[in-house]
Amino acid sequence: MAWEPRLIVIACQWCTYQGADLAGSLRYSYPPTVHIIRVPCSGRVEPEFIAEALKKGADGVFIGGCHFGDCHYKEGNYKAIRRFKLFKRLATDLGVEPERIQLEWISGSEGKRFAEAMTEFDAKIRELGPNPLKGGANV
Amino acid sequence: MPKIGVYVCHCGENIAGAVNIEEVMNYAKTLPDVVLVKNYLFMCSDPGQDIIKQDIKEGKVDRVVVAACTPRTHEPIFRDALESAGLNRYFLEMANIRDQDSWAHWHDKSGATEKAKRLIRSAVAKVTFAEPLEDRYGDMEKSVMVIGGGVAGMFAALDLANMGLKVYLVERQPSIGGMMIKLDKTFPTMDCSACILTPKMVEVAQHPNIELINYAEVDAVKGYVGNFEITVKKKARYIDWDKCTGCGVCTQICPARVPNEYNYNMDQRRAAYIEFPQAVPKKAVIDRPNCLYFKSMEKTGKPACQICEKGIPPKGIQGCPADAIKFDDKDEYINLKVGSVIITTGYKVMDKSHFKEYSPHSKDVVTAMEFERILSATGPTEGELKRPSDGTKPKTIAMISCVGSRDERYHSYCSKVCCMYMLKHARILKEKYPDIKLYLFFIDVRTAGKDFEEFYVYTRELGVKVIRGGRVSSVDVKPNGKLRVRGFDVDLCSPVELEADMVVLATAIEPATGTEELGRLFAATCGREGFLREVHTKLYPVETASKGVFLAGCVQGPKDIPESIAQSRAAASAAAALVIPGKIKFEAIIAEVDREKCSSCGVCVPLCPYGAIKLQEYKGKEKAYIEPALCAGCGVCASACPSMAITFHGFTTEQILAQIDALAEA
Ligand SMILES: Cc1cc2nc3c(=O)[nH]c(=O)nc-3n(C[C@H](O)[C@H](O)[C@H](O)COP(=O)(O)OP(=O)(O)OC[C@H]3O[C@@H](n4cnc5c(N)ncnc54)[C@H](O)[C@@H]3O)c2cc1C
Ligand code: SF4
Ligand code: SF4
Ligand code: FES
Repeated sequence: MAWEPRLIVIACQWCTYQGADLAGSLRYSYPPTVHIIRVPCSGRVEPEFIAEALKKGADGVFIGGCHFGDCHYKEGNYKAIRRFKLFKRLATDLGVEPERIQLEWISGSEGKRFAEAMTEFDAKIRELGPNPLKGGANV
Repeated sequence: MPKIGVYVCHCGENIAGAVNIEEVMNYAKTLPDVVLVKNYLFMCSDPGQDIIKQDIKEGKVDRVVVAACTPRTHEPIFRDALESAGLNRYFLEMANIRDQDSWAHWHDKSGATEKAKRLIRSAVAKVTFAEPLEDRYGDMEKSVMVIGGGVAGMFAALDLANMGLKVYLVERQPSIGGMMIKLDKTFPTMDCSACILTPKMVEVAQHPNIELINYAEVDAVKGYVGNFEITVKKKARYIDWDKCTGCGVCTQICPARVPNEYNYNMDQRRAAYIEFPQAVPKKAVIDRPNCLYFKSMEKTGKPACQICEKGIPPKGIQGCPADAIKFDDKDEYINLKVGSVIITTGYKVMDKSHFKEYSPHSKDVVTAMEFERILSATGPTEGELKRPSDGTKPKTIAMISCVGSRDERYHSYCSKVCCMYMLKHARILKEKYPDIKLYLFFIDVRTAGKDFEEFYVYTRELGVKVIRGGRVSSVDVKPNGKLRVRGFDVDLCSPVELEADMVVLATAIEPATGTEELGRLFAATCGREGFLREVHTKLYPVETASKGVFLAGCVQGPKDIPESIAQSRAAASAAAALVIPGKIKFEAIIAEVDREKCSSCGVCVPLCPYGAIKLQEYKGKEKAYIEPALCAGCGVCASACPSMAITFHGFTTEQILAQIDALAEA
């Protein structure tokens, strides 16, 4: 069977997770390659999550948080963006293209943006091809 | 071994229309530790929930996965179902196969079905590592402290007291009233400020549930939401307030004259004084640094003056008739327990001395607040308009906006009320003295507010000159004593120069002295400009970073009276909602440190936005400890701890890694 990307979205429960729900209720479609893991805030994302996802063969990891000034816990998203550079370096160290890691602020009211971002992300990963660490999941 | 039950919801056709339920169920049965898989048309309905409850009661399952809609709306419902069947409410995980699957992939049935399988696999993986968690409850002290007795503090105190709560209102000055009591008339309605505020001041003082603590400041704070232990320092008054009747005898016979700060030093008061005529409580205090008794005692050990106490008998002048003078009075410290706090410490205005270009040395250049006092019937001129330098009546007045505001050298923010009070001053003057010439210099006129634009139009029609342009470049004192004002008029596109008898500077509103220190005592943070910061501009406008500590009025930023009152009543209701139930729930989804693993590096301590983490002695070493009552559950510390010593309950690292594995694998 043809390779289909496996994408993991780590989404803040106050914004991007809600944005995804909204995309669904407005019936905006995006590829079913996208899977969300809910976290309390984008500041909860550990470097280990990224490493684990890449090692286990995920083709892309997308972190979704609240826009600046909107983080429910004031500054978790600032902490996330500071760590984001580390995540990219971590990918490079593992021999994976850093573009497989992405971070974006998508609010709970941006259902359309969520669907678009997911569609773009899927397309980009398709261009990159399977995760070199595993060759992608053959569905 | 956990016994996991998976319950797949059809949500009518909403899920079943895109996801092949049977295929998904067959798949779920193959997952590790899954002991049963069931489906129902609407899992959240009573019969649906009963299916789950029955299985729990019969001991068939001890972990539950509901594959249905979004946990944002339905997680609480299913948690309650678990709890009512006798299972810990946190042994639940939801797989969002509707909002994030069937709806989004409606036209890709096989894609939706495959994704549903993986989402269920992820939820099963997470629930496998679920821990039993307990929401905890703490006792809530049913009282509130309001700090700052301006208009904002007074309204908050009254609302809380009327709800039956005990309120301590702490005010730094001898009297409550704040800045509003100093104003003459108030825009946009032109009510006399004192006339509308004094009845409220009296109401506050007489309310049986309000304990007024004047001439006092917060000295120390212990504890946290629900149980703050606050030490308040009551400054020595040197007059026994239990005896003082407010007759004012001492304020007339005291020989020590000092500049009166209430009127911005435009007149004098005595060392024994009542802050202002309508003061509440109407009690006198002695200003120790200026009192001749204390001065002489410090120098010679002998009292040079005790006139307020003893009078001047040879002249037949009596001292305090109530025998209230108390030279041996001391600062007093009192300890109070409250459940919640509202900070309403307001603002101060910038002094004119900062603005050398506007000739601050001239008595005829005054700040707008000083001008309020000049206009006020209780002010230094008893409401009569006089030039401070020579007491003549000014014929021409220039007013300058944005002095210190919207200016990179001082404050980048807009002080918000100045445009309106400048128009107000113009209107008061024009209505009283129709011949007076008024020139109002604005950068631009900002009158966004209910009835404000109408106020502006009306005032202009009175014949007030409004000059829009950049900043006024200079105010100079001419040899004849008049003031030369130079600016620019954008509408005429030319420089303007005029001669005025007085210049009024609309100086910026700044946080009251000590705002930052007070905030720090409560772990409530200030923004860049020093105003206390709300947690979230839109969602939590009256909450501070510290749980149970609220804010209102100008302590949060410049605003007018209607806004200050609206915010203070909002803060009162937020505080009441917290305090009235008498118990406080501490979410189980919070972080906890394993002190055995903690390496004492301290990395986590400054990271917590709520100041919940501190290093505490544990087995002879300083180890991190998270105060559950303060932790808001963001998870930042858990993802930063280099020793992996912090567990974030409900979203543990183990659980998230299990989800990642479940989703990444083929
Ligand atoms: C020149 C001028 C004219 C104005 N005219 C108008 C008008 O016409 N209409 C209008 O709507 N608004 C007007 N305003 C705005 C108005 O004054 C404010 O909106 C209002 O006073 C804010 O009330 P507040 O209670 O927040 O603060 P404040 O009035 O400043 O009260 C704060 C109180 O807290 C006390 N305090 C401070 N620090 C402490 C501490 N550490 N511990 C204990 N107590 C403390 C202070 O002593 C004070 O009593 C004007 C402002 C200015 C500068
Ligand atoms: S970051 Fe971890 S190891 Fe360091 S003090 Fe905090 S809990 Fe202890
Ligand atoms: S989870 Fe967030 S709020 Fe709780 S202690 Fe850690 S950093 Fe502070
Ligand atoms: S709460 Fe959404 S990023 Fe912090």
